[in-house]
Amino acid sequence: MSSANLEALQEFASSCWEKLVRQFDDLDALRQRLDYQTYILAAAALVSSLLLGIAHFATQGAIEARRNEDIEMTLEQVFPGSLHDNVLVDDVKTITEPSKTGVLETTVYIARLKGAITGVAFKFIASGGYSGPIVLMMGMDKDGAVLGVRVVAHAETPGLGDKIERGKSDWILSFDGRSLSNTSSERWRVKKDGGDFDQFAGATITPRAVVHGVESGLKFFQRHKAELLE
Amino acid sequence: MNEEFRKIIRDGLWDNNIVFSQSIGLCPLLAVTGTAVNGLGMGLATTAVMVVCNAMVSRGRLLIPPEIRIPIFVVLIAMVVTLVDMLMNAWLHEMHKVLGLFIPLIVTNCAILGRVEAYASRRPVAEASMDGLMMGLGFTLALVVLGATREILGSGTLFANASLLLGHSFAGMETVVIEKYRGFLLMALPPGGFLMLGFILAGKKILDRRLQARSKAVSVGMAETIQLEG
Repeated sequence: MSSANLEALQEFASSCWEKLVRQFDDLDALRQRLDYQTYILAAAALVSSLLLGIAHFATQGAIEARRNEDIEMTLEQVFPGSLHDNVLVDDVKTITEPSKTGVLETTVYIARLKGAITGVAFKFIASGGYSGPIVLMMGMDKDGAVLGVRVVAHAETPGLGDKIERGKSDWILSFDGRSLSNTSSERWRVKKDGGDFDQFAGATITPRAVVHGVESGLKFFQRHKAELLE
Repeated sequence: MNEEFRKIIRDGLWDNNIVFSQSIGLCPLLAVTGTAVNGLGMGLATTAVMVVCNAMVSRGRLLIPPEIRIPIFVVLIAMVVTLVDMLMNAWLHEMHKVLGLFIPLIVTNCAILGRVEAYASRRPVAEASMDGLMMGLGFTLALVVLGATREILGSGTLFANASLLLGHSFAGMETVVIEKYRGFLLMALPPGGFLMLGFILAGKKILDRRLQARSKAVSVGMAETIQLEG
């Protein structure tokens, strides 16, 4: 491009800019114009999305790290450290199963001691809670006996159903050591239904859902045992 | 400090308090005030959103045409709330786990749009920011008072989990008010929030009436003295 062309272009650009700036001298008139109203709304949306995009990239790493810390903390509680020497979050297998609403993916953390698999831990969703699903983290040894269960997320009634949290009561520990072989399927129920597990005063639905959830979790492990332990 | 700022402070904290006088923003209020600390966290997050939104709208108030001001305000408020949500998730993660569900709901707090529309879009930046800060702090005050009474009556503690929000140096704030309290479930549930809010609003009315009567008595007394002297 010749220098004359460039100069002309520059002049054109600066005249455009001046015109644009002059528009802002009379804000009262500008605000009345329909096209200006469109542009300013678009500008607000553009600036907002830009800022959100930047913030997303700035916080993404930190949020991911926090989430992993959360998972690690629950994993520590459901799987005793003496039974593994690997980092659980780095040793995962994904199991896909067809479900009513499509395909269900479960991330399973594999525990190894000196290379040999000692057990697994995974997040499992117990349906049938009083208000929404209850998310469980379950740890079990390679024979399918529960090493520990913790409730990761739930929306049960505070003061009634939230006794399933470890911080509120010891109830969740009653699953430790249970397996499908040492507890028959009629016993995988709350006491009110003729099973082995306590219900809470005023709340039966929540413990019933958790008991059923843990049992389903053990069955899930049994179904995929070969695949997980190979 | 000049008269305008003094009025903003008095309006925000007491005379025109969002909750106690305007009775708006009750959705987040009732949802999170199960404990004082939850109330404090929600209040501070809302305050941050209000200050930023008020300042931004006030800064750009000459550019925003009245015809499309509402969509622009909504876009800006939604952006700021999403930012607060991301930042809290990254750097105040423990608190975010407790409040997470309610942070996006700040967007539905009509108090924010109300202040932006009624005050910030007509005032210079300094006053608008001050108004946002004081209205936010007034809201926080209401949340903490309601949360504290519900927490004491509902579970017998005060400022439980304060260290999650404010850091470990504030662990000393966590007090047990009533030892071996069995809990009063109604107060922990949303209906308890409505009941307690009713009592608090009534209490404020009584207090205001007393103050009014006293100031009247004082002015009458002064008038008499003046007459006597005259």
